Amino acid sequence: MREEATTRQAIEAVWRIESARLIGGLVRVVRDVGLAEDLAQETLVTALERWPQTGIPDNPGAWLMAAARNRAIDELRRQQMLERKHGALQEPGVTPAPARDLETVIDEGVGDDLLRLILVACHPVLSTEARVALTLRLLGGLSTEEIARAFLVPEPTIAQRIVRAKRTLAEAQVPFEVPRGEDLAARLPSVLEVVYLIFNEGYSATRGDHWMRTGLCDDALRLGRILAELVPGEAEVQGLLSLMELQASRSRARVGPAGEPILLLDQDRSRWDRLLIHRGLAALERAESLARPLGPYALQAAIAACHARARTGDQTDWPRIVALYDALAEVTRSPVVELNRAVAVGMAYGPAQGLELVDALVSEPALAAYHLLPSIRGDLLMKLGRFDEARVELERAGSMAQNAKERELLEARAAACRLSAGDGKLRS
Amino acid sequence: MRVIVMVKATKSSEGGKLPEEKDFAAMGKFNEELVKAGVMLAADGLTPSSKGKRVRFSSGRKTVIDGPFAETKELVAGFWIWQVKSMEEAVEWVRRCPDPMPGEESEIEIRPILEFEDFGKEFTPELRAQMLERKGIVEQRLRAGARNEKS
Repeated sequence: MREEATTRQAIEAVWRIESARLIGGLVRVVRDVGLAEDLAQETLVTALERWPQTGIPDNPGAWLMAAARNRAIDELRRQQMLERKHGALQEPGVTPAPARDLETVIDEGVGDDLLRLILVACHPVLSTEARVALTLRLLGGLSTEEIARAFLVPEPTIAQRIVRAKRTLAEAQVPFEVPRGEDLAARLPSVLEVVYLIFNEGYSATRGDHWMRTGLCDDALRLGRILAELVPGEAEVQGLLSLMELQASRSRARVGPAGEPILLLDQDRSRWDRLLIHRGLAALERAESLARPLGPYALQAAIAACHARARTGDQTDWPRIVALYDALAEVTRSPVVELNRAVAVGMAYGPAQGLELVDALVSEPALAAYHLLPSIRGDLLMKLGRFDEARVELERAGSMAQNAKERELLEARAAACRLSAGDGKLRS
Repeated sequence: MRVIVMVKATKSSEGGKLPEEKDFAAMGKFNEELVKAGVMLAADGLTPSSKGKRVRFSSGRKTVIDGPFAETKELVAGFWIWQVKSMEEAVEWVRRCPDPMPGEESEIEIRPILEFEDFGKEFTPELRAQMLERKGIVEQRLRAGARNEKS
């Protein structure tokens, strides 16, 4: 019994390593994501039945591929027979290759399989959440149940999302050719968005079971690392990887013992992960060697790198961060970036200058419900000794914050302002 | 999870013998696979223990001992750091590794890296126990939080 469980776990490990390549190879042949996944799953079932008796083969990847290949050939022959019987009637999206070529088709052009699979899973015809689910399922090797648990969504919701996504892909008859050059570059933002979304879902981990969700960070990092190998010449791919490695390097230091968030400048930098920092800086160097000017991911990575390079908070190169935010604001035109830029200006050139920029954002509709706006404004006012105004802003920020821990932090700071304001009055 | 995967030393690795070209190429291919799968975080080979030193700590005294060291099979000749989902996955990858020491019996050892901390230099066993306890409390709270949220 125990041995069986051990074999089962080993098969799961093999599956995790091989599934994406397997499905990718099948998609190339059958040109249908749903069918490819079904065939791969059937192959897995066969392995689960057979391997506990025979032991895991020496080359399990090759075994799975051969078994899946035979299934694909059977399936396509069956379809061709049906077509011959029913004339021109064809299943949507399925354009099987002629039977005599099948074996050669299966064995050639393996290199692009993973990239094709990522591009299809992140195809712009799909909604963002469908892309996320499909990517984790097909590339991350996660089960529907695991995805549901990570996103705190009922399992049937995810299952349905995946089924619908596959149907959409078939109906839209998305081409399975891997685009090249500029066409490839045009498809990448949709992929990078999905990977970063998965990362952030794990990184913010504001709700639910912390440890399961930080697993999403690892999944996203793995996808990012795979992608950086598949398209090594794309600066933004390296930029995103760098950004994720650098952010993940701080994950141990950003939550206190009671689960409270610890702000960047208050973090114990000795707990930052040097290995990930090293990897993040290396990826940033690659991004910088590939393209100038930098894109939004590489710019964010460059900002994160400024923090990573500073041994203490005081050593942070704020003027450089301001310059990077200038560039980022220009590319993204995002009010949130403007707000972050204002913080950096406050750090580099004094709170009065920072406040001036924040004040200009107060009427920005996109930031109306954003609690960090009053929080940052309160912070700057506090530094300028304007405690009464600061308190009002911090209280407002506290009432807007979604996260209980963050709310507590803001309320504590508002209370500190009340005390300081009292002190000021006593002295004057 | 992260694991450190250690290739144990043999007589020839301790003798400073470098792998033959074809073995080198096979290992290179395996490393490339690890990188492409997003598993590899770091890798390095070590020089023979004859170039190493040990510092022995014993009742307040520190003694420097020069290599080479005797217990060849316990020495490390090289290592990887991998990011994997489970120990089983790490084992699966090691099963795919070409023979690291062709012609000699050798071992590869996989050890999970402690997830929760890199211990600072003042990290006493007491502090460590405290930290573990706190981590337990944090996890419990988070789990409780998750339950409350669902209910």
